[in-house]
Amino acid sequence: MLLSMQGICKSFNGIPALRAASLEVGEAEVMALVGQNGAGKSTLIKILTGAYRRDEGAVAFAGEDVSFSMPAESQARGIATIYQEINLAPQRSVAENIYLSREPRRFGLIDRSAMRERAAAVLRTFNLEIDVDQPVAGFSAATRQMVAIARAVTQKARLVIMDEPTSSLDEREVAILFDTIRTLKRGGVSVVFIGHRLDELYRICDKVTIMRDGKTVATAAMADMPKLALVRHMLGKELAAFEAIAKDADEGERRPVRLSVENAGAGVRVRNVSLTVREGEISGLAGLLGSGRTETANLIFGADRLQRGEIRFDGEVRSYRQPADAIADGIGLVAEDRKVDGIIPDMSIRENMTLALLPKLARAGIVDRARQDEIVARYVTALGIKCTSPDQPIKELSGGNQQKVLLGRWLCTDPKLLIVDEPTRGIDIGAKSEILRLLRRLADEGLGVLMISSELEELLAAADRVTVLSDGTSVAVLPRRELSEAALFAAMAHQVE
Amino acid sequence: MNPLLKALTLKSPGDMARLGVILALFGLILFGALRYENFLSQYNILSFLRYNSMFALIALGMAFVIMTGGIDLSVGGTAAMASVVAALLSPYHWAAGLFGGIAAGLAVGALNGFTVTVMRIQPFIATLATMLAAYGTGLLLAGNQSVSVSYDSGFTAIGQDDFLGFPIPAWIALLVYVAGWLVLERLPVGRHVLAIGDGEATAALMGLKVRRTLAAVYIGSGALAGLAGVILASQFGAGQPTEGVGWELFAIASVVVGGTLLTGGSGSVGATLAGALLLAMVFNILNFENGLGWISLSAYWQSVIRGGFLLIVVVLQARLMSRRTGEERV
Ligand SMILES: Nc1ncnc2c1ncn2[C@@H]1O[C@H](COP(=O)(O)OP(=O)(O)O)[C@@H](O)[C@H]1O
Ligand SMILES: [Mg+2]
Repeated sequence: MLLSMQGICKSFNGIPALRAASLEVGEAEVMALVGQNGAGKSTLIKILTGAYRRDEGAVAFAGEDVSFSMPAESQARGIATIYQEINLAPQRSVAENIYLSREPRRFGLIDRSAMRERAAAVLRTFNLEIDVDQPVAGFSAATRQMVAIARAVTQKARLVIMDEPTSSLDEREVAILFDTIRTLKRGGVSVVFIGHRLDELYRICDKVTIMRDGKTVATAAMADMPKLALVRHMLGKELAAFEAIAKDADEGERRPVRLSVENAGAGVRVRNVSLTVREGEISGLAGLLGSGRTETANLIFGADRLQRGEIRFDGEVRSYRQPADAIADGIGLVAEDRKVDGIIPDMSIRENMTLALLPKLARAGIVDRARQDEIVARYVTALGIKCTSPDQPIKELSGGNQQKVLLGRWLCTDPKLLIVDEPTRGIDIGAKSEILRLLRRLADEGLGVLMISSELEELLAAADRVTVLSDGTSVAVLPRRELSEAALFAAMAHQVE
Repeated sequence: MNPLLKALTLKSPGDMARLGVILALFGLILFGALRYENFLSQYNILSFLRYNSMFALIALGMAFVIMTGGIDLSVGGTAAMASVVAALLSPYHWAAGLFGGIAAGLAVGALNGFTVTVMRIQPFIATLATMLAAYGTGLLLAGNQSVSVSYDSGFTAIGQDDFLGFPIPAWIALLVYVAGWLVLERLPVGRHVLAIGDGEATAALMGLKVRRTLAAVYIGSGALAGLAGVILASQFGAGQPTEGVGWELFAIASVVVGGTLLTGGSGSVGATLAGALLLAMVFNILNFENGLGWISLSAYWQSVIRGGFLLIVVVLQARLMSRRTGEERV
């Protein structure tokens, strides 16, 4: 056994990210590490390399107990890592990025021509002919990923870790990467490969470790793990007791269509998506990580430009150039990551909620405070936001209440269609069902809701219809009466058949 | 790309700015040479170099700190304190004064390195605190007045004598700049400095020893400030606990004019030297202008003019760089 991690626990600010996770990798073995977004894969890797410190657990590498306090140490011991957020120094050249901390030297000085030549040679084996003197910042994400891979494979490591290396690569580049992995393996090097495109995992990996909610839930030889079982392990099957709040079957089918997307496509992430959202319904959008759900939402919202297909809103063909156009039509989007795209932590509830509305609230450039107060008070009550006052900074609220403020931000613009991307992520279970009930109530009042969710139980409880995406393609539409755990699993695993 | 530019290996937008500062320097020299009779006289050139070597040394240390994305506000206070230490030690041996002064600077730098890397205090705050502490220590050691150096031990030669017809402080600065260039361009640690300035977290994940490198940079800056303090004491014959005020601003300005972004991650040793010389040259020219007798500029007006000049250079640089990248701003 080259690597053994046992009982690893790690909390961030009291919130557990890992609870007794384990990972074992043998010599010359390619181990797949899979799990949903947030399962803790990247955290486990960072604990191994010394980027994070573990709270509990034991790590043994090459037969010795280890506890690296910084990545430099694990690197020195033969662990090369490609982190998920491609870690390169943007202003430094390609060659430097490949050899940083292992610069070829002559008489103590950096041998720049050797460095340049070696870098170019490695990249040539990847079919990449680029000027290695240029700063990496100027290259595409795919090229930067290949540079990061080159950095890792030139380290003569015993274990190479790749955290979602293929997310920005096209098929040709993936093939090159897989050849590289096979070469590493033949040379006795082990690889941990984190990925979510299942077909890729089956092509390249010997074994698989599956994580869910910070725990390792299964380990098996790839051949012994059928795709359906793998998906089942990833998504989990302990259904939380959400009350069913979906409409009765059939009733919804008679309502007018608010949004219809037909054969939409853009780039490689959204290939061919069709879906509809009717007035007064919650339409679910399901799929594994990387299936193109968020990208589809961005297309509808005008954040990305539609390249193929058609989007109709209230029966009219629309082509939004920017979110402002979509917003003007009455479309709102509550983004996936509150912290990044949503809240402004230090601002008050009042300000966060009326951000999208400020232009309308202004009279001669000055915000009409009375109207602002009135609107905020209305939604704080309507949404049941628990706070001391509307002036409380939003960062002091719980996740569920923050999410309600964001919902309020869109609701006060009177939208006709609300897209919610993972609306209950990072929210405790009680608040989850409250958010779902809230969405249902809004739908009952006529709002069309498109709900993206990775939580099956949520879709099962709340959605009136679920469109399943796989690899940027809508592969199934399940109306309420056909909606079941088994049906969803089957549709989501479609991509591997 | 224009083949001439390619030949000059202008790779990054920063290179354009650096080219700009060198051109501006030559422009000013030309201007001075045409306008003032004694501008290119041996006397003016040598005293210019003798006096401004101190500032050039401090600017180099500052350049490395800024390349990591940090800042060192303590250099002026450190130089003042080191000048006192050097003056106090100068009676024993000239070398005692020299190395004592450098060691004093090194100690301040080490303290900065410790607070920034281990205690994780913002460099701005950490070095602001050591700046005050250094001034205080200098005043304490000097008993609140300037401390005369020994004229017998040979200590004054460091700041006042020539070697091969060239002022010794200028030789020191030249050697230090050559070494600085080697470190930045040809030693791994120099590249790591830039990579850390590009993104500290990323650099750590790439396996660089971030703390150690950062500490070294602050120690280097402190040592160079100490060296500048030694030259100060030696040149003016006294340890000066109240000198050094505003030196950190001069150093920061030199670095910025030399095309190094305050956000870190890029920078050049040569352009830093050019930046320091450029700012010093403006001073020199203002002195000549006063000497012509047409106008009489008070020290205050000189400050205003220097500030205005600095602003023009920085704005021009920002425009040069944004033309190349289409987005980047100083
Ligand atoms: N630096 C951090 N600070 C706070 N929370 C974090 C941090 N890194 C990860 N987490 C949390 O830990 C959990 C696991 O995240 P991660 O390891 O990135 O999952 P995965 O890589 O499987 O998608 C998530 O809930 C995430 O929000
Ligand atoms: Mg991850």
